[in-house]
Amino acid sequence: MKKYHLDYLGQLESEAIHIMREVAGQFERPALLFSGGKDSITLVHLALKAFRPGKFPFPLVHIDTGHNFPEALNYRDAMVERLGEKLIVRKVEDTIKEKNLTEQKGKFASRNALQTYTLLDIIEEFKFDALIGGARRDEEKARAKERIFSVRDEFGQWNPKLQRPELWNTYNGKIHKGENVRAFPISNWTELDVWNYIRSEKIDLPSIYFSHEREVLKHEGQLVAVSEFITLEPTDVILKKRVRYRTVGDMTCTAAVESNATKIDDIINEIIATKTSERGETRIDDRVSEAAMEDRKKGGYF
Amino acid sequence: MDILRFITAGSVDDGKSTLIGRLLYDSKSILIDQLEAIEKQSKNKEDGEIDLALLTDGLRAEREQGITIDVAYKYFSTPKRKFIIADAPGHIQYTRNMVTGASNSELAIILVDARNGVVEQTRRHSIITSLLNIPHVVVAINKMDLVNYSEDVYNNIVIDFEKVARSLGLKDVKYIPISALDGDNIVDKSENFSWYNGESLLHHLENIELDSDINLTDARFSVQYIIRPQALKLHDYRGYAGKVISGIYKKGDKVIVQPSGIETTIKAIEIGGEEVDEAYALQSVVLHLEDNIDVSRGDMIVHRDNQPATENEFEVLLCWMGNKPLVPGNKYFFQINSRVVKSVVKDIEYKLDVNTLQKNYSLEKAELNDIIKATIKTASPIAFDSYKKLRQNGGAILIDETSCVTVGACMIQ
Repeated sequence: MKKYHLDYLGQLESEAIHIMREVAGQFERPALLFSGGKDSITLVHLALKAFRPGKFPFPLVHIDTGHNFPEALNYRDAMVERLGEKLIVRKVEDTIKEKNLTEQKGKFASRNALQTYTLLDIIEEFKFDALIGGARRDEEKARAKERIFSVRDEFGQWNPKLQRPELWNTYNGKIHKGENVRAFPISNWTELDVWNYIRSEKIDLPSIYFSHEREVLKHEGQLVAVSEFITLEPTDVILKKRVRYRTVGDMTCTAAVESNATKIDDIINEIIATKTSERGETRIDDRVSEAAMEDRKKGGYF
Repeated sequence: MDILRFITAGSVDDGKSTLIGRLLYDSKSILIDQLEAIEKQSKNKEDGEIDLALLTDGLRAEREQGITIDVAYKYFSTPKRKFIIADAPGHIQYTRNMVTGASNSELAIILVDARNGVVEQTRRHSIITSLLNIPHVVVAINKMDLVNYSEDVYNNIVIDFEKVARSLGLKDVKYIPISALDGDNIVDKSENFSWYNGESLLHHLENIELDSDINLTDARFSVQYIIRPQALKLHDYRGYAGKVISGIYKKGDKVIVQPSGIETTIKAIEIGGEEVDEAYALQSVVLHLEDNIDVSRGDMIVHRDNQPATENEFEVLLCWMGNKPLVPGNKYFFQINSRVVKSVVKDIEYKLDVNTLQKNYSLEKAELNDIIKATIKTASPIAFDSYKKLRQNGGAILIDETSCVTVGACMIQ
């Protein structure tokens, strides 16, 4: 019987491809949110498996906060060039100017929250009815409750108390005009599953995921990269450390971890041994309150 | 390594959240920052111990009210298996959530409070487990520390539950005495049960045989999407993308496209862009057919000599999930795998009492959380199997045409 046995990564992969094809089959104007991080890179790899030799039935969309790691942007551009797929970029900078938005103040002023405005604008501009994202349920406890097809109202809001029941592998993508669905093909994957999949599929990643030397500041126990987006104070001590990134968001809201891991095997060993969760170790934005993610999602955030 | 998806049925009072917290904690799936967060919240507790139950409450309202509103999914792995827990609330008003969580589960852990034994809620959870056809059951007899680890208490509960299991036809039932709070018999066998010769809960979850649950006999494939590249050199490429629901497909197989009934042959099979000779249950593939025939999303490709029923009127057990009642004669979208058709719920034959299995025949409408037997008529024929035989091609949802909400879960009889 072993002959017809799909191993666990194979099952996760097949489930994710099935979800992507449901999005392609059910919606008229889907898009795939691409951030340059490992989860969205995994989504692109899964889309290749789901739709080649055809073209992707959706464009890639990047919300550019202006605070990106240059390595992630280079990776993005090279990838799009190689795949020949369509990429749409919208800049948070432009939304701030157009809408007279007020930017966060302070040392690590982040545009993470302002991304939501750009995201909602781009949904309206292109009339997207479904957005595929790389969120996982193991990341955060509000996410553990979210459906694979998660309906957002015309203001992009998530209502956790009014979610549709989701049964078997049957995904209900029916929506009213103006609403959209956020679809999460790797909902059931954990951080370790993603890394194991990247290893088994030999997926190429931006260099910042691997150990490199970088100038950093220590902030509440977290290591934040020194960049033009951070206001340095005279008392700040700039350290030179060998670090890698566990997640890749903005330079202002993602922290690095000290590491000498230069190969995927080393990274996987470090993750197995780690005592801190992915978001806990690397996300400055989740530390604000117990329900930080729930509140942002209710407001339209991914 | 493979995946076991299971549901935990029970209420907070049975120690369900504590059990899940314990499984996550003892399998080292909870990390320091998450633990610190719940420690902060547990400070009000008198005994000073951390409250593992807090790990599973994801929404602010749940933490504030100390209740579980919705199904949450939790993950942990051991070197043998990846586990996906559907954590569904146990109270009666949440039948909807348990049905949802159960629909994807291969195993149900039914929690029994050793002090109370088999109660109405235990029967309800067992009935839903049986209706949703979950192949494996663990009866976790919890809070054994509060009954002095008594073998008699355990034995009496086993005797009581065996009656329930027999009446419902539950097949693979395992009984394990535990104390979730202290971690007895969760990961390791506890010395507090000298009389118990069985495995610990985690050992059982890790070793239960799952491959035989996958149906490799009845080949079913629902077309999700048609791949037609625009490139000149791929002018004749036409691939039917979908997931093999069950069974095995081989190159050269004689197949029929349902519901049209047109016969053809499988010309080629691709997985991730590479040609293969065969594909089997759970794989996402692309099928190519010999003849250029009309195939659309939602059609089913099956073997000529093993076909599902193709009907436009059939009986279902229906769990009503809508906030507004179901009125016979109302129209809904009926979705089974990738096929969506209009349908009407004709007659309600009876309502099933989920606590007693008694049938109530005088019913005009079904309310939220009711389970009823009804006849559904679809606008065009659908290809299905009975839910008892093949869950993935016998389970369907009803969608309200006006609100777009999923309002019913159908198990075709």
